[in-house]
Amino acid sequence: MPNIPASTTAAPTPWQSLINHLGRDPMALLGIILVVIMVGSAILAPWIAPHDPNKINVRYRLKPPSADHWLGTDQLGRDVLSRVIMGSRIALQVALISIAVAGSCGLLLGMLAGYGPRWLDSVLIVLFDTVRSFPTIMFALAVVTLMGPSLNTVILVVIVTSIPVYGRIVRSQTQALRNHEFILAERAMGAGAMRVLGLHMLSNVIGPLLIIASMDIPVVVTIEAGLSFLGLGVRPPTASWGAILNDGYAFIRNTPWLVIAGGVPLILTTLGFTFLGEALRDVFDPKLRREA
Amino acid sequence: MHTEYPPPVKPNSLALSIQDLSINFQTVRGTLKALRQVSIDIPRKRIVGLVGESGCGKSTVINAILRLLAENARIQSGVIEFQGQDILQMTPDALRDMRGNRISVVFQDPMTALNPVLSIGRQMIDIQYREKTSRAQKTARAAAMLTRVGIPDARKRLEQYPHQFSGGMRQRIAIAMALMAKPDLLIADEPTTALDATLEIQIIDRLRKLHQDIGCSILFVSHHLGLVAEFCDEVVVMYAGETVESGNVRDIFYRAAHPYTRALLQCDPARIKEKSPVLPTIPGEIPDMVNLPDACIFAARCPIKQHGCPLTPPPAHDIQPGHQARCHLSARKDD
Amino acid sequence: MLFYMLRRLGLAMLIVVIAVSLLFGMIHAVPGDPLSIVLGPRATPEMRADLAARLGLEKPFVVQLGAFFLNVLRGDLGADVFSNRSVATIFFSQLPFTASLIFMAIGWSAAIGIPLGCFSAIHRNSWIDKFTGIFSVGAITIPSFVVALYSLLIFAVALKWLPAIGAGQEGDIISRLRHLILPSLAVGLGWVGYLARLVRASMLEVLGENHIRTARAFGLPERTIVFHYALRLAILPTVALLGVGIGHMLSGAVFAEIVFARPGVGKLIFDSVITRNYPVVMGSVIMTTLIFVICTTAADLISAWLDPRIRENL
Repeated sequence: MPNIPASTTAAPTPWQSLINHLGRDPMALLGIILVVIMVGSAILAPWIAPHDPNKINVRYRLKPPSADHWLGTDQLGRDVLSRVIMGSRIALQVALISIAVAGSCGLLLGMLAGYGPRWLDSVLIVLFDTVRSFPTIMFALAVVTLMGPSLNTVILVVIVTSIPVYGRIVRSQTQALRNHEFILAERAMGAGAMRVLGLHMLSNVIGPLLIIASMDIPVVVTIEAGLSFLGLGVRPPTASWGAILNDGYAFIRNTPWLVIAGGVPLILTTLGFTFLGEALRDVFDPKLRREA
Repeated sequence: MHTEYPPPVKPNSLALSIQDLSINFQTVRGTLKALRQVSIDIPRKRIVGLVGESGCGKSTVINAILRLLAENARIQSGVIEFQGQDILQMTPDALRDMRGNRISVVFQDPMTALNPVLSIGRQMIDIQYREKTSRAQKTARAAAMLTRVGIPDARKRLEQYPHQFSGGMRQRIAIAMALMAKPDLLIADEPTTALDATLEIQIIDRLRKLHQDIGCSILFVSHHLGLVAEFCDEVVVMYAGETVESGNVRDIFYRAAHPYTRALLQCDPARIKEKSPVLPTIPGEIPDMVNLPDACIFAARCPIKQHGCPLTPPPAHDIQPGHQARCHLSARKDD
Repeated sequence: MLFYMLRRLGLAMLIVVIAVSLLFGMIHAVPGDPLSIVLGPRATPEMRADLAARLGLEKPFVVQLGAFFLNVLRGDLGADVFSNRSVATIFFSQLPFTASLIFMAIGWSAAIGIPLGCFSAIHRNSWIDKFTGIFSVGAITIPSFVVALYSLLIFAVALKWLPAIGAGQEGDIISRLRHLILPSLAVGLGWVGYLARLVRASMLEVLGENHIRTARAFGLPERTIVFHYALRLAILPTVALLGVGIGHMLSGAVFAEIVFARPGVGKLIFDSVITRNYPVVMGSVIMTTLIFVICTTAADLISAWLDPRIRENL
């Protein structure tokens, strides 16, 4: 007697789908590896740097790579590799502070805009759009003029320009959820509604927020590197990748190694986070492709 | 309703003949056997209705005829004979010569079937690209065709865009475009599904009149049984990728042999005489076409299988000349 | 359509007003007195008193803001601290260089990005599609100053094929163009990647739509379908985004002009930041912001006009 089989496949959990995706997409795997390398080197910097990044040794200036100095030396004889490793610290610092501060501000403002009264939403939207209407570097230059160049100025700029990015995503998520959950909330116990909503909202919004954060890190790291390259970011002798590029540019006709050393980690880091962000987005929320 | 009983068709008076067509699709879940041994004959100058629920393979049949199947489609076997050639073997040039010229289509959704950023006139002129006539002549031809389908002020309307027309008018434009080249076969893919009832009647009337004028064959795909009964000469019933019954319209509607056809007819709201709180449905679901049961495709939902059906995949039984059904129990009819 | 235009323009003007006020307000929010900032470290007491009176610093903030706006509307953005030339004059004398840089960058991106995107969509999953995918992500992500530095290193310093410095000889078109190639590539590469991705996604979407199936069912040649039917629709979203793209390119231009020592608005602002030439910085930033807002608004309006559906329904 022939029998008729029923369908048996169950939906995979989010972690399973991430692992599956990694298996199929080499870029995502590469992204994770690069991110791990960068974060690892930032955390372990003082222990893995072969030399003191600020130790000056003018007799050995501008030397090409050698056994002792894998990436050569800069114009003051400092070991470039050690400076590059320290540079990852600066980059990570900027990234973390910006996500923490801009992310939470954006979260708060976004939720206010999405859930609060319409006039507040309109005001916040106009504010977001206004901040976005400054070409980023121009804005940074204006702030630097007023506040003087320093890493803190850069971080301030990065935070201010990132808030609208987080804010908009949180806002649209909140708006979508509001229509969803509001009906439930009406049926829920009076006082409990607000809390339930708050928790619900938050847990749904965290996902896209993390995806946006990993897409925002390359932008933020680039801004710091760019400003430091212009000499308007970290103060010497602090080693940021942008500062190394600055030195490299000044001595570009003497040696290409400084420029290479400053640029490659920057490229790898930004690519790494971007691939990771794209993988996260593909797995957790393909709809977000349209949002940016 | 057609009262004559048309004699069975002789092979060389067929406009199109699909024989034993089997098509698979490669999907992430596995191989989907979308069509299995599908055979459909479309005689010259006749209207053949193709009925079945969503997912039964009607769209795949149409795409196969036009050779517009998706990338993951694999033609396993079969022949589609058209004017002495097998469509499945045609070269791209031959196909392009055939499309819009000897075989035309009217698609289901008039809202999205036309290019939104080009004027109607531009689109109607573009499809005449094979003709060696001048642009002015092509425009005149387009305007004449629009008038024939009942769109007033044709010249002016040629310059307008699709969104400036109502759904019913857009479907009429689609029919005008399809019949402009005087095709030998017109495929109408649920042309009235997106329209309301009054528009439906108008469109069908127009189609009927044009059919009489031009003398093409029509393959009329629909899940609206009343319309099919009204409009078609022959009917083919499909279920889950197979042709389960075929015959002329009287056979299908008055003497349905396959239990699926009979169940479909019972469920047709138009046929229900008494009021009832519950509409009849066919219990169960269409089978998973990736993991097909090794049995008659309708076995899981068949209401009469307990009358001694062996449940194996049935061949097409001849009930009467021109009337076939894939059912073991139809060969010995008790009622 | 008219209503949409007015609303869009109104929003743009509101944003400009707020942006300018924000910049103006930043002066007063900063520790240290505005006089030192405006006049720089070389101010004498007489200059300070004179400027204090002129700026009306005792007047309430809102009045000062209003006066500032009036000045801006009259075209008076203040004067260069050192040479006393009008900021507006200086800015507009440098603008053509930056403008040509950006135009060329847009040219690159259209010439490379659109065909790449189109080709990838048509030949999905081919090796060129995969290559375009990786290339686009790379082009978008890699910072423009890194591109500038590396292209300088490779093509100007190492291979010596192209010039490394300046904008070329005045009046000599070939020289001008040669000097534009590397900097505009640095500025435009990001947009090449962005356009390629956008056009690919847009084309894939359009090619899947029902009206394309209709066109194929009528036997229209593939070339007509792709280039006259699909591409026309697929390009529409890129117009709207071009406005935003120009904003990114303005930022990129700053780096390109500094790396290649070209004259232009970016270099102007940078030099002024270094020398604390505050009026030039603020005036130029206001102007570039204004240009950016104009570009995005124009892009939105043009893209609305191009799509007959929006044109009719608004």
